[in-house]
Amino acid sequence: MALKYSSITKKVIMALAGLFLISFLVVHLGINLLILKNDNRESFNFAAHFMVTNPVIQSMQWILFGGFILHILLGIALQIQNWMARPQRYKVEGFSHTSFFSKYMIHTGAIVFAFLILHLINFFFKAKFGDIPHIMINGQEYEDMGILVIEKFKELPYVLMYVVWLLFLGFHLDHAFHSALQSLGLNHSKYTPVAFGLSRALAILIAGGFILIPVLIYIS
Amino acid sequence: MNLTLKIWRQKNATSKGKFVTYKVNDISPNSSFLEMMDILNESIVLKGEDPVAFDHDCREGICGACSMYINGRPHGPDKAITTCQLHMRRFKDGETIVIEPWRARPFPVLKDLIVDRTSFDKIIQAGGYISVNTGGIPDANAIPIPKVDSDLSMDAASCIGCGACVAACKNASAMLFVSAKVSQFALLPQGKIEAAERVHNMVAEMDRLGFGNCTNTGACEAECPKEISISNIARLNREFLCSKIGAPKVKEETGGF
Repeated sequence: MALKYSSITKKVIMALAGLFLISFLVVHLGINLLILKNDNRESFNFAAHFMVTNPVIQSMQWILFGGFILHILLGIALQIQNWMARPQRYKVEGFSHTSFFSKYMIHTGAIVFAFLILHLINFFFKAKFGDIPHIMINGQEYEDMGILVIEKFKELPYVLMYVVWLLFLGFHLDHAFHSALQSLGLNHSKYTPVAFGLSRALAILIAGGFILIPVLIYIS
Repeated sequence: MNLTLKIWRQKNATSKGKFVTYKVNDISPNSSFLEMMDILNESIVLKGEDPVAFDHDCREGICGACSMYINGRPHGPDKAITTCQLHMRRFKDGETIVIEPWRARPFPVLKDLIVDRTSFDKIIQAGGYISVNTGGIPDANAIPIPKVDSDLSMDAASCIGCGACVAACKNASAMLFVSAKVSQFALLPQGKIEAAERVHNMVAEMDRLGFGNCTNTGACEAECPKEISISNIARLNREFLCSKIGAPKVKEETGGF
């Protein structure tokens, strides 16, 4: 049971799971951006087909679920301990100089998680168990995941919901990469400032890249 | 200067405690914060009431006793100082100042602004020492130590154990304190012998006492009167991981709940 571990071990597991989830986001974004390509959704559908049929990716999917569960459960466990460490709060607090988003990881994390469930219902479970229209590419039949995405993002409420969700994902990511490195003990007088920059860049690029998709689909 | 003070008053460790508002008048902007507190206490004593209890000792920023959480910051506004080094010129005339004790489960309030910081002593007792007899002053070049390492070790050793890191941390984590106390030894050859055991025992004691977990916000570093860097926390994490991987198997202990 992970709760039996010391605070540092828990945080190391948290960091490793977090870094793994970032790598997943990068792959996910890469595939999503294909939908913006003007080729009648061909490359997007091809990539989506590859992701659901390739056995390596399929087994990685379970590791990914494990990563999510570890990151979320340990995050909650650590947060409960943190709240318990200060039973009586200050009347005036929080004027120390810190990065803004680092103080709200549990809150941004909770929002990201809530929308994640909705997102899985919208796309993942539909792709797995739902009825998806098919399309012919080079004489072969493929699931048309692309049309599912495009139809969803023609509706304004969905677009707005996704933009807000992804903004919170960006806020969460702002204190992610460099914080994970620090938890793993990787701190360096020269490279830690670079890690801070990289962390912010990742937050902006990942959240911005994902936001681009519903927005561009809606206005086109 | 005329000021309004909202101060946490608590009779003893078991009573409930509440904020009491006091007015102090004609305070010199050049007086220190603790002198202002002394003036306040004189006026309270003259009224025949119980003066505000607060920890203080050296009044020159080296003992770390003066634990006051002032307007949402340990040791008040200004960087790298203790409360005794804070001056009233940092406040505006007519300002309201809220003064609270350190708040953390392992630092219970004893009276008013005084908290029990025995938890830090317990962490030190768990491993913050070297158990060899070092004898007399050794020859300076008998054990060569790189200048960078000795400087970093000295930086870590400048921790005065005041608890501002715990007070500032939103999680009441003692990681900066523990990391400084581990680092000062981990960087030197004399400390390397017991390194694995030390880091394991000190972290286990920290967890057992119910301090929170570090979330790398950096509030501790920003408030430390001795400007101890959070790079020490990374070193602590490294030392801990190395002790797990390199040292013989030991059972981990959990804290909190």
